[in-house]
Amino acid sequence: MKENSLVHLDNVNMIFYRPDDALHVLYNISMNLHEGEILGLLGPSGSGKSTILNIVAGLLAPSSGQVECHGQIGYMFQRDHLLDWRNIYDNIMLGLEIQKNITPQSEAKVERLLKSYDLWDFRRHFPKELSGGMRQRVALIRTLAIDPDILLLDEPFSSLDYQTRLLVSNDIYKIIKQENKSTIMVTHDISEAIGMCDTIYVLSKRPTNVKAIHSINLTTADEKTPLTARKAPEYQHYFDLIWKEMMQYEGK
Amino acid sequence: MKESELSQEHRRYLAQLRRNKRKILFWQIASIIVFLLLWEIGAKTKIIDTFLFSCPSAIWQLFLVYLENGEIFMHIGISVWETILGFVIGTILGILAAVILWWNETLAKICDPLLVILNALPKTALAPILIVWVGAGIEGIVAVAIFISVVVTIMSAYNYFITVDEDKITMLKSFGANKWQILTKLILPANVGNLINILKINVGMSWVGVIVGEFLVSRYGIGYLIVYGGQVFRLDLVMMGVFVLAVCAWLMYAAINFLEKQITRQLFH
Repeated sequence: MKENSLVHLDNVNMIFYRPDDALHVLYNISMNLHEGEILGLLGPSGSGKSTILNIVAGLLAPSSGQVECHGQIGYMFQRDHLLDWRNIYDNIMLGLEIQKNITPQSEAKVERLLKSYDLWDFRRHFPKELSGGMRQRVALIRTLAIDPDILLLDEPFSSLDYQTRLLVSNDIYKIIKQENKSTIMVTHDISEAIGMCDTIYVLSKRPTNVKAIHSINLTTADEKTPLTARKAPEYQHYFDLIWKEMMQYEGK
Repeated sequence: MKESELSQEHRRYLAQLRRNKRKILFWQIASIIVFLLLWEIGAKTKIIDTFLFSCPSAIWQLFLVYLENGEIFMHIGISVWETILGFVIGTILGILAAVILWWNETLAKICDPLLVILNALPKTALAPILIVWVGAGIEGIVAVAIFISVVVTIMSAYNYFITVDEDKITMLKSFGANKWQILTKLILPANVGNLINILKINVGMSWVGVIVGEFLVSRYGIGYLIVYGGQVFRLDLVMMGVFVLAVCAWLMYAAINFLEKQITRQLFH
């Protein structure tokens, strides 16, 4: 295992058995997540990207292979999964409540998160009163409240419309960088992956295998964000490269 | 906001709402009065056979007699008590059983055929057996009421429990939630509305159980009044029983509605 790697997968295979067939979903996946890195898993839909996250989170045991994971996991899903009957504050406290870890410190942390990400005024509101983008921010803060070392994001913006998606990915990128969380993000959107990730793993279709690994280095005038990334000179190059790879591995 | 602070249009809108509400209430009451009047006139003019249908004034007279000697309170009291017992015990047992089935999927699969049969079976068919087993008093009648409400409760509560979004359960598990936490923080609160609906259905179910039980064995209660009136061809007594029953069932339903409002207010404010 490499130095300073928080998550390490070594030749992980996942096979789902069903009465009349076996579904080989993951094929010899190896992967390293380093401290402070945003790692993107980019692949066609149905390629078992979420399965990788579920294995990292310990919700699924792989059929074979090694999984090492050092640190508390925070998992953010495609949909926000806010509980309608809890107000925003109580929704955010859910993880701490389950881990029986409500302390003055954790409460202060939640208060700071709510205040710095413009949700403090809405803490007594109920989820149905919030827009999709705000709900997604609440879901992220709920995940951050338990102070995870590793963030897992499963297509966190795919339920939002295009404009909101750009803005929210920008917001969430800033939050992740500000809180300095190591992150694995699943997406099937190439521009989103280039804009947000430091490293991109390009995955094939089922049985999913890592086809290419790209380190993303962009020259941006200001600080790099998903929005400024689009103006970087290298952006088009990465896009074309990954586009070609994905077309090839999807067999189109 | 006080009404005086609202715009003219807003106040007009509110007035319109109130007018509509009054109009509906007026027609509700008017239709009852017209129905009773037609019934009474029909009886007086011999268009309707009072031996078969009785008439509102006779029913009212009889009600006053029962009211004066206090007998009606005893019958209402016993039936309402039996219903409340059947309702409360049936609902609690049913929800508990549904939780156990949710907890243990294998057990749920083992019990599935039994539940399907019990649900398909007209449960009143088992009332005579239950009364023989449990006893021919209040306990037998309550047992019938419990049985009728418990089966429906188990079936519907269990189905509600297992249809809670699987992804939300995964979300809780990602925080390390155990089964008890999934139950108390997700499954039960997500189904408060559904459980209240079960309560509403169970008011009706328990009344069915109590009335059937009283038809079979009893010397007291509204069901007894109805079946006794039928046996001696006193249709005014039967009709009075039915009306008293309707009022009691409606009041219990209103109580559940009130409870629902209180719970929703507590949950969302």
